[in-house]
Amino acid sequence: MAKVLFKKQLSKDVFLMRLEAPLIAEERKAGQFIILQTNEDIGERIPLTIADADQKEGSITIIFQVVGKTTYDLSQFNKGDIVPTLVGPLGKPTHIEKYGSVVGVGGGIGIAPLHPIAQAMKEAGNYLILIIGARTKELLILEDEMTRLADEIIICTDDGSYGRKALVTEPLKEICERDKKPDLAITIGPPVMMKYCAETTRPFGIHTLVSLNTIMVDGTGMCGGCRVNVDGKAKFVCVDGPEFDGHKVDFDNMIARLNSYKELEAESHRCRLEEEIKIRGGR
Amino acid sequence: MSFKNKIELVNEARELLYKYLPVKDELKPKDRMTIPLQEMPSQDPIVRRSNLEEVALGYTEEQARLEAMRCLQCKNKPCIAGCPVAIDIPLFIQHIVNCDYQSAIDIIKKTNLLPSICGRVCPQEVQCQLPCTLGKSLKDVDKSVSIGRLERFVADWERNTGKVSIPEVKPETGKKVAIVGSGPAGLVVAADVRREGHDVTIFEAFHKLGGVTRYGIPEFRLPNYVIDQEIDTLQKMGVKIVTNYVVGRTRQLLDLMNKDGFSAIFIGTGAGLPMFMGIEGESLVGVFSANEYLTRANLMRAYERGVADTPIYKSKQVAVLGGGNVAMDAARMAVRLGAENVYVVYRRTEVEMPARKEEVAHAKEEGIEFHFLQNAKKIIGDETGKVKAMECLRYQLGEPDDSGRRRPVVIPNSEFIMEVDTIIVAIGNNSNPLISQTTPELKVNKWGNIIVDENQKTSIERIYAGGDIVLGAATVILAMGEGRRAAVSINELLKNEKE
Ligand SMILES: Cc1cc2nc3c(=O)[nH]c(=O)nc-3n(C[C@H](O)[C@H](O)[C@H](O)COP(=O)(O)OP(=O)(O)OC[C@H]3O[C@@H](n4cnc5c(N)ncnc54)[C@H](O)[C@@H]3O)c2cc1C
Ligand SMILES: Cc1cc2nc3c(=O)[nH]c(=O)nc-3n(C[C@H](O)[C@H](O)[C@H](O)COP(=O)(O)OP(=O)(O)OC[C@H]3O[C@@H](n4cnc5c(N)ncnc54)[C@H](O)[C@@H]3O)c2cc1C
Ligand code: SF4
Ligand code: SF4
Ligand code: FES
Repeated sequence: MAKVLFKKQLSKDVFLMRLEAPLIAEERKAGQFIILQTNEDIGERIPLTIADADQKEGSITIIFQVVGKTTYDLSQFNKGDIVPTLVGPLGKPTHIEKYGSVVGVGGGIGIAPLHPIAQAMKEAGNYLILIIGARTKELLILEDEMTRLADEIIICTDDGSYGRKALVTEPLKEICERDKKPDLAITIGPPVMMKYCAETTRPFGIHTLVSLNTIMVDGTGMCGGCRVNVDGKAKFVCVDGPEFDGHKVDFDNMIARLNSYKELEAESHRCRLEEEIKIRGGR
Repeated sequence: MSFKNKIELVNEARELLYKYLPVKDELKPKDRMTIPLQEMPSQDPIVRRSNLEEVALGYTEEQARLEAMRCLQCKNKPCIAGCPVAIDIPLFIQHIVNCDYQSAIDIIKKTNLLPSICGRVCPQEVQCQLPCTLGKSLKDVDKSVSIGRLERFVADWERNTGKVSIPEVKPETGKKVAIVGSGPAGLVVAADVRREGHDVTIFEAFHKLGGVTRYGIPEFRLPNYVIDQEIDTLQKMGVKIVTNYVVGRTRQLLDLMNKDGFSAIFIGTGAGLPMFMGIEGESLVGVFSANEYLTRANLMRAYERGVADTPIYKSKQVAVLGGGNVAMDAARMAVRLGAENVYVVYRRTEVEMPARKEEVAHAKEEGIEFHFLQNAKKIIGDETGKVKAMECLRYQLGEPDDSGRRRPVVIPNSEFIMEVDTIIVAIGNNSNPLISQTTPELKVNKWGNIIVDENQKTSIERIYAGGDIVLGAATVILAMGEGRRAAVSINELLKNEKE
């Protein structure tokens, strides 16, 4: 059980919430996530990254995009409401060390999970280059926070409504081509974006981490629903991840698996949701 | 198989009971041997294919007493040795003959704290009913006294008549004990340790309690109200319960002692990490572990389409790989979710199948097709990445392996195609990795199972473990047995410590 302490709408479909969770705030590290339910009886268990935590207040911050039933229900919670199920922190924390220079690429809602990792990388003394992108200006989140963290920042939108008109892979490529290429790349966003970012860094031999957002149920390594192919082997995102070597992930298979329930979800929720939100796939 | 409905069974039993009751104390073994085995009344197979209600309906009083009269009251009581917790079987059965159900349940509860669960799910034919003299005399283990059904009968009687008593708790000692995991092992430790007056808290990762008995074994075999009852009793005893709490993540194992002041810990985190076959196509859309399939359906209530938010795959042709209870549960759940054809594909033959016999029989009644001596070779997908078929191989039985079961040997060039849209893999689990990953001091074997001594103590002082996390995937009663042993050790540890 967790009380909503604060809620703010960041863009049309994106919400930020601070939830009361002192234990999780105390234990969590960059790269970890929580699982929540909006209804303990019939609700789905959905994973969301811990975007920030405040140990003094005993709270964690989540930032989520409304894509379906549960994220929609959650967006309707207000300050003082109780989220019935909140469990975490789950997943392996990001390995933080001083690599030298680190380039972080965040796409859409993926900027939220990138934030705590970028923060930790900066604190560890890395030179931090951030590329953040969104489809359009309204969907761009955490611009100020990311700008404050970064040594260099590049902002792009698909439609050119803000910053540079480009996909994030373009500036990423340019950065890889520099004389002093980055020592590590971290990319978080829709699976297709992560796939192409990994393809961009591959020829340069830059180690590239991706944070995978597979479908999950338990989040404790029991069900196998979150499995992905990494280097030809089945890995469980909730206990082996969520971060993996982007050059070894079978993204096409992951994308197909993410869509396993697309028709069903659409069927069961569309009627209720259609007028209220525009359903978007991916995060 | 001819299906008899409850009314027919009860009428038959009633007639016979009146015949035997007047002479019940003079029955000779050979008379008892002529009393027919009482079949368990069950829901009509056609009807139950589309509901989640319990299949086995339980004996009526007439049936229970008649079945109890079949017991020969052997002097050497071989059945007791077959029960992992050594219930005094002939004694509780004799009380049923005499209508003294309270005494019967009291005897069972001396050693088995979860009789309504064990009576339903124990693999009796390889435990208590295997050495039964009656079965041996009739040369058919299936004709042994139905000990499990009788156990269930008295446990249900206790619940239905509202006679469940709350065990007495000794004065508070103020010593805190943490139980990690709320499966059968954890629940039993909680009860036994609480009885000594210790302050017990159960930490459970999920939002609901019961472990596999809740999220794995389906409602149609073990209804949730049975588990709720057990948990209710624990709460009334003063056991504290914390859900949504993953030990190893929300709190490090050792911090429970170092920061939170627990004096002892029991780890009962069960099995985890479902195994896959490692064949081509296993990551296609439409391939599930049985754990995922059953968790979605049971715990997340996806069976109730339109009510629950959690979706479950819509399937027409389902293949379930494996031959254990988990495979039977997945197959029978698939039927209830509307699959037209469900095939159980198993490498060996029916004789080697580890599933409870009753479940296999029920599965057959429900129209599930068994494909013995076959196994998947690879899974074939369509252009969108969804399963469309499975290439299989045929097997024959060869020499026995270490376990004494005859080893299945592949028949060369026997490939054939089975058209399916869903494949559920039920070939076992590895151990749950979370605690061992985050507690390197805790010794585990090469399969990740926690190593314990004969008192269930782990390599770390004050920390005990039991159940599937120690045994690998086992059974409810074995998990319970380990829990009881661990509780004795914990109580002993704390008793000898005056603060
Ligand atoms: C480790 C991890 C961290 C995550 N962190 C965040 C986060 O910080 N913020 C955030 O907004 N989202 C995050 N996600 C994604 C989030 O879990 C999904 O958006 C959410 O489960 C959708 O639930 P729903 O009921 O609203 O939508 P549903 O009704 O379940 O689905 C709606 C649509 O989204 C698709 N979908 C379902 N599950 C996912 C998924 N896991 N990822 C992407 N698409 C999905 C479906 O195919 C469907 O088209 C994370 C996922 C993982 C695994
Ligand atoms: C589908 C299925 C059918 C079965 N059928 C039968 C049958 O007919 N007869 C029979 O005897 N046995 C059967 N079994 C096996 C039996 O259910 C198990 O042997 C038994 O439940 C093991 O009990 P346990 O207490 O060790 O663990 P579990 O029942 O597995 O419970 C472990 C609990 O610990 C929790 N947990 C895990 N990690 C953590 C953590 N880090 N922190 C907090 N909590 C945690 C889990 O969420 C879970 O609730 C079946 C199993 C399955 C899966
Ligand atoms: S607990 Fe299981 S093995 Fe023991 S008597 Fe009961 S049904 Fe048989
Ligand atoms: S072995 Fe069978 S017949 Fe003999 S006492 Fe036990 S249950 Fe009764
Ligand atoms: S979510 Fe179930 S194993 Fe990862």
